[in-house]
Amino acid sequence: MNAPSEFLNYGPDAILMVGLNGRNWRLADYVARGGYGALKKIIAEKIPPEQVVAEVKKSALRGRGGAGFPTGLKWSFMPKNYVGDKYIICNSDEGEPGTFKDRDILRYNPHMLFEGMAIGAYAMGATRGYNYVHGEIWAEYLRCEEAIEEAYAAGFLGANILGSDFSFHLYNHHGFGAYICGEETALLESIEGKRGMPRFKPPFPASYGVYGKPTTINNTETFAAVPWIMRNGGEAFLELGKPNNGGTKLFSVSGDVERPGNYEVNLGTPFTTLLEMAGGMRGGRKLKACIPGGSSAPVLPGDLMMATDLDYDSIAKAGSMLGSGAVICMDETRCMVRSLRRLSYFYYEESCGQCTPCREGTGWMWRMVDRIERGQGRNEDLDTLTSVAGNIAGRTICALGDAAAFPVISFIRHFRDEFQYHIDHKRCLVPAYV
Amino acid sequence: MLSPEVQRRIDRELAKYPADQRRSAVMSALAFAQDEHGWLSTDIMDAVARYIGMPPVAVYEVATFYTMYNLRPQGRFKVTICTNLPCALSGATEAAEHLKARLGIGFNETTPDGRFTLKEGECMGACGDAPVLIVNDRRMCSWMKIEKLDALVDELSQAAARGEGRPGHGSGGPAK
Ligand SMILES: Cc1cc2nc3c(=O)[nH]c(=O)nc-3n(C[C@H](O)[C@H](O)[C@H](O)COP(=O)(O)O)c2cc1C
Ligand code: FES
Repeated sequence: MNAPSEFLNYGPDAILMVGLNGRNWRLADYVARGGYGALKKIIAEKIPPEQVVAEVKKSALRGRGGAGFPTGLKWSFMPKNYVGDKYIICNSDEGEPGTFKDRDILRYNPHMLFEGMAIGAYAMGATRGYNYVHGEIWAEYLRCEEAIEEAYAAGFLGANILGSDFSFHLYNHHGFGAYICGEETALLESIEGKRGMPRFKPPFPASYGVYGKPTTINNTETFAAVPWIMRNGGEAFLELGKPNNGGTKLFSVSGDVERPGNYEVNLGTPFTTLLEMAGGMRGGRKLKACIPGGSSAPVLPGDLMMATDLDYDSIAKAGSMLGSGAVICMDETRCMVRSLRRLSYFYYEESCGQCTPCREGTGWMWRMVDRIERGQGRNEDLDTLTSVAGNIAGRTICALGDAAAFPVISFIRHFRDEFQYHIDHKRCLVPAYV
Repeated sequence: MLSPEVQRRIDRELAKYPADQRRSAVMSALAFAQDEHGWLSTDIMDAVARYIGMPPVAVYEVATFYTMYNLRPQGRFKVTICTNLPCALSGATEAAEHLKARLGIGFNETTPDGRFTLKEGECMGACGDAPVLIVNDRRMCSWMKIEKLDALVDELSQAAARGEGRPGHGSGGPAK
């Protein structure tokens, strides 16, 4: 695994990814950093599960997988007096273009995730769980397998955890290449050994999840934040960020910056600070466009992004989404048509084909963007594109349809001139290209 | 059809799921079979179906849905390079072109000597390490600038000459 040799620097705000060097991922190292302390305390003091949920609510932790749903609230949806197994599932199927933060948690700090899941299981009365790992990261999967064995051997997982009557059986599950399985109900189908085709909601996973059992699904980083919250209090986590946007967030910075990588900053931090941490724009060039939340989030013009703070509400106000925290930076040498073409191809490839608007619409959009890029665009294409995108969004079982539509709508909204130039002049407005 | 080693690995996965949910192990089972055979023939998929106890058609559904399963013979080394936008912004397009030129094949093709199959991949969740590629589903290689690509191709060519890599490469025709 390509672990940088000495010291991993996620920035001065880091609370989750602090003290890591790429090699100290084992249980003993984690315990030396205070790890499993929160779980021990909860069990020793028999803290009522409702109190754990209340603490997470107080922290204003929001889902780190894309939708930003309040985690404590989600946890409170799990039925309380259910007889039989309840499940919690970690979504480590990180495949949203631009996102590579969960991989760092899995390889450098896997026990933080397992402790967070164990606390979640305690809070929700779950007895079983799975950590669904993206198919492409086999080395990280093997590391999780090794780490999980350590956790069982030390009594942090399994039957009668730390001698209590709380039992929680956690397993790693390995995917094998399908972006759609990041969608939570497709992921459930996949664990059941089926094609990853999203389910209709309702029923929601909390009432009918994996194997038909009550299930809660959270992102890797969401679970990973829970031990810190329980150790330091929900209030302290909230105060790191801002109201309704508690804590720190890992941002994966990619594209035309000097130092692409993961940086952990307090929510509400100005984007310019993050850009500085990433070494600024490559070659000192100007930020032309930025996709702040993974490829599914609407693109923003550079000057708008430079004036935005990094939290769910501020980015929404600027017209995009914080999403998964994947910040894709493009400089002034990048062609927006070409960039959108690659994204449109991705959604066309990855549509599961279940819903007609998405299956047909993603192909249609890709063909139109492709011909515009190749200088064969027609004058009416831009309006058709916007209308096709508008007809997909909100009309599909899962949000992949929206995810495919947002880039098209936003690229054309903010960079219409560039698309029009391609159509009129059959070539690119910018000198260099992606 | 399934070697004792593959069976042992499948058994280990089966233990992770409730006794009446053996089907949950099908994805891993297919991946393990692919590790050994290089690709998933109908015979192998049927053997997986029998071993797990599920209808063959349900196995085919899974094998055809997930992109990392090989439904045709491949080269000894399948190289899948991510060309999605974040990677493209950090040199993935050039890296992919270099691989094509060096190997003399396009995407979804296999070299005539049966050593390499080249594939275009989607986001591998490692965009910060761009260009990134994966060899035979399991080995991820990061920061693959031109020199490193050449070194990798050299290394794999030598390994293939020693008969290493996966079996299953056939006539050298197009691979799916
Ligand atoms: C097409 C699609 C892909 C998704 N991919 C991921 C993913 O890779 N990781 C993730 O955590 N959530 C992903 N999600 C969001 C999940 O459906 C779900 O909202 C999330 O895992 C819930 O966890 P959270 O509340 O902790 O964020 C995706 C959603 C869609 C529609
Ligand atoms: S875009 Fe290539 S790994 Fe994410």
